Amino acid sequence: MSFQIPIGPQHPALKEPISLRMTVEGEVITDVDMRLGYNHRGMEKLAEEKSWLQNIYVTERICGICSHSHATCYVQGVEKLMELAPPRRGLYIRYLVAELERVHSHLLWLGVAGHEAGFDSFFMYTWRDREIVMDLLEMISGNRVHYAINTLGGVRRDIDEGQKAKILEGVATLRKRSEYYFYIGANEPSFVARIAGVGYLSKESAIALCAVGPVARASGVARDVRKDDPCAVYGELDFELATADTCDVLGRVVVRVKELLESYKLIEQMVKGLPAGDIAVKAPRKAKPGEVVSRYEAPRGENIHYIKANGTDKPERLKVRAPTLANYPATVEMLRKGFIADIPLIFAAIDPCICCAERTVTLVAAGSGEESVVRMSDLRRRAIARHQNAPVKRNAVWPL
Amino acid sequence: MLNKLTRWSRIKSPWILHLNSGACNACDIEIVAALTPRFDVERFGILLKATPRHADVIIASGPVTRQIRDRIIRIYEQVPDPKFVIAVGACAMSGCVYRGAYNIMGGIDQVIPVNMYVPGCPARPDAIIDGVVKLLGKL
Repeated sequence: MSFQIPIGPQHPALKEPISLRMTVEGEVITDVDMRLGYNHRGMEKLAEEKSWLQNIYVTERICGICSHSHATCYVQGVEKLMELAPPRRGLYIRYLVAELERVHSHLLWLGVAGHEAGFDSFFMYTWRDREIVMDLLEMISGNRVHYAINTLGGVRRDIDEGQKAKILEGVATLRKRSEYYFYIGANEPSFVARIAGVGYLSKESAIALCAVGPVARASGVARDVRKDDPCAVYGELDFELATADTCDVLGRVVVRVKELLESYKLIEQMVKGLPAGDIAVKAPRKAKPGEVVSRYEAPRGENIHYIKANGTDKPERLKVRAPTLANYPATVEMLRKGFIADIPLIFAAIDPCICCAERTVTLVAAGSGEESVVRMSDLRRRAIARHQNAPVKRNAVWPL
Repeated sequence: MLNKLTRWSRIKSPWILHLNSGACNACDIEIVAALTPRFDVERFGILLKATPRHADVIIASGPVTRQIRDRIIRIYEQVPDPKFVIAVGACAMSGCVYRGAYNIMGGIDQVIPVNMYVPGCPARPDAIIDGVVKLLGKL
């Protein structure tokens, strides 16, 4: 008998209201239907009414977790349109904040993954450490979440020697902690067994479905804008591309932990090699007619902004392709043949950049049309119970 | 006697529901951050609940998109009386940068009654805790 399970529009694993309809047979998901638009605010239209400078603050509020990614992507594009060359010190500070943001986003995600796998102490640990990087970001920019450090032609705030020392100190602590999480991951067989083999996405389907970011890299697709199309400073810094070939949630955890360590490396290089000079150049009020595509590797994957100028002080068109949207087709593929119990974990694994609240799932019996409401916490409890009873996958190993 | 007991327990341990109405995630992340070790609201007895039927206080963020509007009213109706609403963040108060966009209502108070406003873009976790505590003081 096949059931339809509507999930959302509000759901804890999804940070944005979104509605998903799952067709299930027994425990196994056979089809997924996504309904979007609950968080549609009309930002692209709004951007057409605001000036180039005002739009930095609008694009920053597309998303609260990768706020700097959207602002950076937009600013990169507009600078290209205006033919501005930001000073090197400004660029270093911009991408330093970008890497700190990646650290905060990945720590946040690791916590959520731990929570969905029923490993709540891991959630509390990573979120405790996330406060270190939040403090650093607040020190640099003056705000915890919307940093507003980007401006056309550079950045708005400089960093001094004392702040440099504090950043290095914070990063050293975080590195020690991240290595400890590596150790936990490797020595916690129940955690590894819970996430190994869940949400399988083969390399071929990852390429065919245009998956981006850690989802693609966990399926063995070495694709990263920072390497493929190095913008500004990434070309001169030394870091490695993190990939895994297990193609499952375990791989996605491994990729993100590896990326954390790479980000620490990048932050240290940027702080130590911070060039002297100005932090910004003056930007004109208007941009010449033209169009530009700007790419940036956000924590969740490749972020694309298309900007069209018509010679006035406002953009004619701003189109945003956020990484989560690119990962939706791959998510449908991952959920197919998965279990109901794995839904929260698979969703969380793409790190959807969307917002959540109501935690109810309605189970609808397709035959009788009978509805029963299951709270998300109950679903999670069921998932944990199921995996407690399931035999431990003895061959599951931490691939590092 | 029973009333006294419920009032006491309500003040000592308010259960909250986190409601997103189309926010950018920032306030939501700060609400979650308030639950984690640095801020740890559980020491005040504040507990995040998964379902509106268990909650006393709705912590709402976001400028309310047109599509989510009916859902919010539905969730509000599901919360048992007496219920309180805290609007977190500038866009939950007035629409913030989204003001003028075609798909937003411009604030939680356009849809459901609000008891407390917490300003900030996004509001800091300590501000959110302060908002909840001030609301409790009014009970």
